[in-house]
Amino acid sequence: MREQHPIIAERFPDLHPPFAAQAATVEANRCLNCFDAPCTAACPTHIDVPKFIKKIASGNLGGSARTILDANVLGASCSRVCPVDVLCEGACVMHRYNKQPIEIARLQRFAMDGFHALGGRLPKKFEDSRPGHIACIGAGPASLACAAELAQQGFGVTVFERRPLPGGLNTYGVAEYKLPAWASLREIELIEDLGVEFQFGAEIDAEKLAEIEREFDLVFIGVGLGAGHGLKIPGGDHSGVVDALEFIAAYKTAKITSTNGKVAVIGAGNTAIDAANAALRLGAAEVSIVYRRKRENMSAFGFEYEHAKQEGVRFLWQTLPVRVITDGGMLEFMECTRVDDAVLPVAGSEFLLPCDLIITAVGQSPLLDLLEELKGVTLEKGRVVIERRTGRTTNPRYFAGGDCVNGGREVVDAVADGKRAAIAMTRHFEATYA
Amino acid sequence: MPDLAVNFAGIASPNPFWLASAPPTNCGEQVMRAFDAGWGGAVWKTIGEQVTNTASRYSSIDWNGQRMMGLNNIELISDRPLDVNLCEIAEVKKRYPKNAVIASLMVESKREAWHRIVVQAEDAGADGLELNFGCPHGMSERGMGSAVGQVPEYTEMITSWAKEKARTPVIVKLTPNISDIRVIARAAKRGGADAVSAINTINSITGIDLDTFTPRPNVDGKSTHGGYCGPAVKPIALNMVQQVTSDPKAALPISGIGGVSTWRDAAEFFLLGCGTVQVCTAVMHYGYRIVEDMIDGLEDWMREKGFATIEDFRGLTLPHVTEWKHLNLNYKIVAHIDEAKCIGCDLCYIACWDGAHQCIHRDRVTGPVDGPVELHTVPASIEAATRATIAVTPIPRLDAHTRDGSKDKTPVERIPRVDETECVGCNLCALVCPVDECITMVEVPTGLPSETWEERARSKECAPPAMHG
Ligand SMILES: Cc1cc2nc3c(=O)[nH]c(=O)nc-3n(C[C@H](O)[C@H](O)[C@H](O)COP(=O)(O)OP(=O)(O)OC[C@H]3O[C@@H](n4cnc5c(N)ncnc54)[C@H](O)[C@@H]3O)c2cc1C
Ligand SMILES: Cc1cc2nc3c(=O)[nH]c(=O)nc-3n(C[C@H](O)[C@H](O)[C@H](O)COP(=O)(O)O)c2cc1C
Ligand code: SF4
Ligand code: SF4
Ligand code: SF4
Repeated sequence: MREQHPIIAERFPDLHPPFAAQAATVEANRCLNCFDAPCTAACPTHIDVPKFIKKIASGNLGGSARTILDANVLGASCSRVCPVDVLCEGACVMHRYNKQPIEIARLQRFAMDGFHALGGRLPKKFEDSRPGHIACIGAGPASLACAAELAQQGFGVTVFERRPLPGGLNTYGVAEYKLPAWASLREIELIEDLGVEFQFGAEIDAEKLAEIEREFDLVFIGVGLGAGHGLKIPGGDHSGVVDALEFIAAYKTAKITSTNGKVAVIGAGNTAIDAANAALRLGAAEVSIVYRRKRENMSAFGFEYEHAKQEGVRFLWQTLPVRVITDGGMLEFMECTRVDDAVLPVAGSEFLLPCDLIITAVGQSPLLDLLEELKGVTLEKGRVVIERRTGRTTNPRYFAGGDCVNGGREVVDAVADGKRAAIAMTRHFEATYA
Repeated sequence: MPDLAVNFAGIASPNPFWLASAPPTNCGEQVMRAFDAGWGGAVWKTIGEQVTNTASRYSSIDWNGQRMMGLNNIELISDRPLDVNLCEIAEVKKRYPKNAVIASLMVESKREAWHRIVVQAEDAGADGLELNFGCPHGMSERGMGSAVGQVPEYTEMITSWAKEKARTPVIVKLTPNISDIRVIARAAKRGGADAVSAINTINSITGIDLDTFTPRPNVDGKSTHGGYCGPAVKPIALNMVQQVTSDPKAALPISGIGGVSTWRDAAEFFLLGCGTVQVCTAVMHYGYRIVEDMIDGLEDWMREKGFATIEDFRGLTLPHVTEWKHLNLNYKIVAHIDEAKCIGCDLCYIACWDGAHQCIHRDRVTGPVDGPVELHTVPASIEAATRATIAVTPIPRLDAHTRDGSKDKTPVERIPRVDETECVGCNLCALVCPVDECITMVEVPTGLPSETWEERARSKECAPPAMHG
């Protein structure tokens, strides 16, 4: 994991290769240095974009990285995974100037790569240690951002993660051609370096929760979402039907390094696209995305759709899986039917889609088993209800952020949530121990 | 078809584009290639007693990723034997009789020395002579170059020595390293010069290596001040040219030098009265080929303006340059933002707040607002307000309405508003605006007659003393 498997490395090279130093300077010089820059406003963590870009131009790479990290402790992974078309780069005034937005993310990666290469460390924001112990549940981006800020502020933080490695979906979920697992882990080492304690293999349940409640002052819930909804059609429990998240985690951890034959991916969100692209890169002969609605209804970003087309993914619109057909235990076909705009089957339109693997990517369900154990914490449609500015739940000792709160947005949203919660917790401790 | 041919103080040239005396005119082979490329004339790299140059010799100023905004050199005059240079001048003139070849001269300040070099250069076939009284480094330490050009008496004396022997026109090349260039230009005129050229390079230290603490260019751990030229010096050159051309005691045909890189730069020098322009840095940067667009662009512009020759527009700007005291104090303009062009960078806003008169505001709102709109918000609170907003990634499923399609449209709250009653019409915002023609300065009739500072001062003198009580 800390090193990429050679086959994975070969098949998932950087989608957006890093800037060479000279190219970064040219691009940095192009930025207008807007006042109250719209790119900064659009960034959920409000990284001061022109500030870090102009530091690249002036040759102050260390200052550039510090500017990024000050706002976003996962600035390195965000620079690789953020859907910048709808964030900073989408807001860049250059769209209206010469139609070429500044390549903010690649510049951010340039600064962060430089920082890592020089062995940079995260600065403390408060020198001494202070009273206040916080437990963060889950080691995904939300918890990591929360833990880092609290440790920087001098508080004691322990992160409980059920998996063997930290990072959440940054390590186990994001497409490898954007963010290889090792790069996610490298960034987290700096958070460990701040003195944050990590406990792995620590699945938190009602019992452990009670312990945590006793031992810690405040708790941050950053557990993300749970497994995907299964395929609820006849044959949907066949072993050749796999959940997209499992499939992706398996190749990212190099448990699988190849996919053969024909693959059907059900769903048309970003996860479906990641899984479809991965299947193709792993060697699948044909990959079809099967979606019951039309193109304009898909929940994937426009640029992800374009990317998938380039990779060679086929799209079957207004198509509904009906049942899985096997032959001697082997997957053979998925029977599908065409549907109309109301998603009602069109009579006589059934057809057999040959497939050797079916990947389901129809949304993740909330981790209700745990969330419903949280006393006094209100849920709404399975999401933890928080006060937006502070991340505080309806139980004042519990804070929450990330996918478990927003139902599944992006890494940068989780980071912003985690940091806001940490700042609110800091205020709480400062008020308590003042 | 415009005719670019000029006659400069008696020197005929197929066009007004000359190479300045510098590395591009080091040798005959180069000058011939330059003429092939289209250059009308060349001022030979200054000849005199052979010198030894240093390594390195040049340094430059980059600006926002652009190379050589300004170039600095510590090079002396020609480091080739005098007789070789003379032979090659003869060779070039033989092969290119229509092009102007001017010999740039610098010898020690002795009458015989000047007489000898003048004769040698003219015998070789030079169409004219340029006296290099401008070189600001090295040669000046030996009493030559700017050591001459900084003292009116020396300038006048040596010019007259050259004139004693010269049969071709004598051009005196002026140094800018002096407080009033007119004083030296007048001296040159008194000495009998047929023309002047301006400017030579400006004393400079271009920069310092932050690791070794040595200025550039580095010669074995040491450096010395050099001469600055290139695009950065054009404004200084234009001003000095204007000073000379507007001074009756100095006015002579003038060859404009300093930062000329394009036909536009050249046109500006002509509009201030120059008969030719000379180019060095731009050629050192890109090669002789740049003259093609200088000719092509200037011809196009002349056609558009209806000018047939350089004489048709030479000096047209001069009547528009005057002294401060003659400017109309009752002329009022204000900044106007073309909202359709504005891209929302808000650079005009911060420029006016921090660098001008706090009269551009970010107080526009799109929809209905709760409570009063805060007017004249200071920059820091705008930034703080942005940092306090909660932004989320708009995802298609949930927020289809939020952004798509808006990339091309500037949000109205980012389009600043000019408070015209407070605007002093300084131009700053229009200068910083990245979009062409987006901020324009619009005249506001004041209904007042023109009144200059001088007039106002005079009328105050005449005004009766204020009454008290
Ligand atoms: C396939 C896929 C691709 C994506 N691609 C991108 C992308 O390119 N760019 C982007 O910005 N976003 C992407 N996202 C979204 C992004 O990954 C998430 O929004 C982000 O990771 C949310 O962070 P989080 O901390 O809330 O949750 P997670 O990253 O899910 O982390 C939660 C952590 O909590 C742990 N946990 C859960 N329950 C318990 C428990 N009971 N005890 C202990 N630990 C527990 C989990 O193991 C996990 O490590 C993608 C998501 C998916 C599914
Ligand atoms: C490397 C170098 C050497 C120069 N040598 C001379 C010279 O020998 N004689 C001279 O009169 N001017 C010399 N100059 C000055 C140029 O002729 C010219 O006046 C000056 O460079 C300004 O023009 P520009 O801005 O187009 O470069 C030299 C300039 C440079 C850059
Ligand atoms: S909007 Fe674009 S040009 Fe303006 S500061 Fe941001 S990146 Fe630079
Ligand atoms: S012209 Fe000067 S004072 Fe007027 S708005 Fe522009 S910057 Fe401000
Ligand atoms: S500088 Fe120009 S483009 Fe930028 S906000 Fe002002 S008017 Fe608009």
